[in-house]
Amino acid sequence: MSPHASEPLIFDIGEEGRANGYVEPSRPHVEFLPKALLRDDLPLPDNTELDVVRHFTRLSHRTFGIDLGFYPLGSCTMKYNPRVNDQMANLPGFRDLHPYAPDGLSQGALQVMYELERSLASLFGMAAFSLNPSAGAHAELAALLIAKKYFRDNGRSQRDKVIVPDTAHGTNPASAAMCGFKVVSIPSDARGRVDVDALKAAVGPDTAVCMMTNPNTLGLFEDRVHEITAAVHAAGGLMYYDGANGNAIMGNVRPGDMGFDLMHLNTHKTFTIPHGGGGAGHGPVGVAAHLVDYLPTPVVRAVPKQGADPGLAPSDRLTFSLDFDRPKSIGPMRSFWSNFAHAVRALAYIYANGAEGLKRVSQLAVLNANYIRVGIKDVLETPYDEICRHEFVASAQELKKANGVRALDIAKALLDRGYMAPTIYFPLIVPECLMIEPTETESKETLDTFVAALRDIVATAKADPQSLFDAPVNTVVGRVDETRAARQPDLRWRPPA
Amino acid sequence: MYTPHTERDIAQMLEKIGVGSLDDLMAVPDALKIRAELDVVPALPEYQIARRLSRMAAKNAAADAISFLGAGAYRHYVPPAIATLAMRGEFLTAYTPYQAEVSQGYLQAIYEWQTYICLLTGMDIANASVYDGATALAEGAIMAINANGRKKILVSRAVDPNYRAVLKTYCDGLDVAIDELPVAADGSTDQSSLAAALESKDYAAIAIQSPNFFGVVDALSPASADAARASGTVPIAVVSEAISLGALATPASWGAQIVVGEAQSFGVAQAYGGPYVGFIASTTEHMRRIPGRLVGRTVDNRDQTAYVLTLQAREQHIRRERATSNICTNQAHCALIATIYLALVGKSGLRDIAGLNLERSRELATAVSSVPGCDLRFDGPFFNEFVVDVHRPAEEVLVELQERGILGGVALGRFYPEYADSILMTATELTTTSEIAALASALTEVTNVPARV
Repeated sequence: MSPHASEPLIFDIGEEGRANGYVEPSRPHVEFLPKALLRDDLPLPDNTELDVVRHFTRLSHRTFGIDLGFYPLGSCTMKYNPRVNDQMANLPGFRDLHPYAPDGLSQGALQVMYELERSLASLFGMAAFSLNPSAGAHAELAALLIAKKYFRDNGRSQRDKVIVPDTAHGTNPASAAMCGFKVVSIPSDARGRVDVDALKAAVGPDTAVCMMTNPNTLGLFEDRVHEITAAVHAAGGLMYYDGANGNAIMGNVRPGDMGFDLMHLNTHKTFTIPHGGGGAGHGPVGVAAHLVDYLPTPVVRAVPKQGADPGLAPSDRLTFSLDFDRPKSIGPMRSFWSNFAHAVRALAYIYANGAEGLKRVSQLAVLNANYIRVGIKDVLETPYDEICRHEFVASAQELKKANGVRALDIAKALLDRGYMAPTIYFPLIVPECLMIEPTETESKETLDTFVAALRDIVATAKADPQSLFDAPVNTVVGRVDETRAARQPDLRWRPPA
Repeated sequence: MYTPHTERDIAQMLEKIGVGSLDDLMAVPDALKIRAELDVVPALPEYQIARRLSRMAAKNAAADAISFLGAGAYRHYVPPAIATLAMRGEFLTAYTPYQAEVSQGYLQAIYEWQTYICLLTGMDIANASVYDGATALAEGAIMAINANGRKKILVSRAVDPNYRAVLKTYCDGLDVAIDELPVAADGSTDQSSLAAALESKDYAAIAIQSPNFFGVVDALSPASADAARASGTVPIAVVSEAISLGALATPASWGAQIVVGEAQSFGVAQAYGGPYVGFIASTTEHMRRIPGRLVGRTVDNRDQTAYVLTLQAREQHIRRERATSNICTNQAHCALIATIYLALVGKSGLRDIAGLNLERSRELATAVSSVPGCDLRFDGPFFNEFVVDVHRPAEEVLVELQERGILGGVALGRFYPEYADSILMTATELTTTSEIAALASALTEVTNVPARV
């Protein structure tokens, strides 16, 4: 079958009655429940296992992942996902453990959570983390709920403003709105950093939280962040660190040392958890000492184990339990304790690296980003021409003016050459923006061929712009009609009438 | 680890960049320099990572005990073909399908997931998934709040207590109040209290779970559905045991406009609580209020069928503080697993699995209620779990069962002080007759003790 041929929907493949024998036939439902409570029809297809295996294998062939090629998607940290992590997460002792299993029979799982939490607290300089939130945006929400409750408990509910730089991820203002905060946007200065004077002018008795990403989404280190934290703290506000760019700082700087009171991590980015097509993520939320009581429930509590062999590793000499009895807590953020399988993966990655290894990871992520930056800056504008961190932004503005070629066209041309495209049109302050994050797991040869491909695309943009407008042509479908998708929403298959 | 750089690579790259060392690349002002020794275990070779984590996994004795635990997370049969397919690197290592042309496979799988959820719930549309069942309820409530602008939510006390707790966490942020409806003697939501509450036009939504936390099949009665309609309150159905959708009348049939729930039962591992996968489905009128990703079918520039993320004007990366939700990540990989599960079991398999859950749970109920001192607390019709009153503190009984190698269920006292003597017990298609006999025998031992003075 040609990879270009379309794959039918699963609903168009099967025939009723093709059972796979996973379970024995059951007695009719009506023997157990009154007919009025039962459904009349179950309009799902019956497929053989072979047909299902072929269908999803073919769908996988129509999907690009890190395992197929370079994935420089800015702000997403698409690094290699070590397979030992998945094998560990799928050990029966972890995989088959019910969340209501008694603490005494779940000590290994609790130990994983405890060790991960302690490691993150040390690496990022926070007093404690909760592994409860499900993803980055979810942890942002948790952090802002903590701030809201903290101010309410201290009789300072008038603090209703959240300060957000204009380079921030969209989740920052959206999370603030979900806590009833008003958003104040602060412009960036000519160096691509938060305009510190504008920020100081905006800070006041109504300031609840200032949210910052450092390095910011332009890939630049906010080198005056200590002035910002001082100003916000002087005004009685809290500082929040968006850890989406955590891959740039490990072992180098810590949000706690920079003065942040609250933070989150996207462990699925920094700690090699497979992104799985857009989730599940994992978003621990961390706090300084004065906010520990507000963390979402539950947290893992550890006490010394009676009579433990002193020769054992420190965490093997502890007894663990889940602590739900935390009166000041904002409460739980999700049904159960954590995206636990991801905690196993993150801990396996920490084991593989240790503190020194993680420091090296961040250094090499920064090295790779700068290597691409200097490799293309003579052909694509780099609006902030200085050492970047783990990512940087380029702009197609000049190409657009001269040849009509946009960032989108460059992105599609990269797809034709076997690469995932960078993040485009974000951050919003750089026109025709391409945000490139290579990560540390890519080799110099991969970066060299990517730079050559980008340079070739820019040359093509000048010589034959039409060929870029037509891109991609090597993919299973060409450019997709997004306008039609939005104007005539077709969000599901429907059975034939 | 997992970095390919040789010292020679690093030297060449630094030279090209024009920087002397890796430390120079990372330079920061003195005030920001790291101030502590990092307390992280030293790096381990891969075989020792595996050894250490395997040892921890082995400490989780609960993972292979005889278990009657349910209450929002369920043990069901998982066909091995799911792992074969879902763990393919293309699926595992992709990210959100922003670039549709190289993401057609994943986009199509999500479109199929959206369709399956619609077919199962009777709703018109479904999103690409949310974090889990509890956050699905919170996001569904926000949809209703955005629909009618009201700042109060009505929720049955028979809705999973964890879901209600998360709803409260979210509502505290939004300054939305929650009122709760009592449970009737049969374990369902008290319809007369419901009718009284719906005389008010203050509620954005009324949330009912079916099967509810006690396992009882629950719904808005036709009169309550009329009252909800008259008061402009959005009926939200909650489903935490998705296998029930293979047997029970759809939430659409009793008037739900939004259906939220948890699809862990469709092939997703219990994994001590996550990751799982929440779903949100609704009638078409709520389409532009639904949170998170949506996949639509359209065409490409060659007029071929193509799939793409759509209606993105609702989302945070476009709308920022005016978005319908802050949600960015969905649970794509878990939704993929659930989609593969539904494709594999199909109509015939899902019907049989649902039927076996009905059958085994009745076998369990019969065995348990024949033990002296054990009674079913509620007489409402149930799906695959039910509440047993053991006439002793349930926590003690469960500890004694545990000493006999059995996880007997969930003690209700931690959520409902008035049910401190009650245990929620679950049976699925995997529950065996001998496990049921072992529980009945152990229960006979532990409940047949003289009453303490």
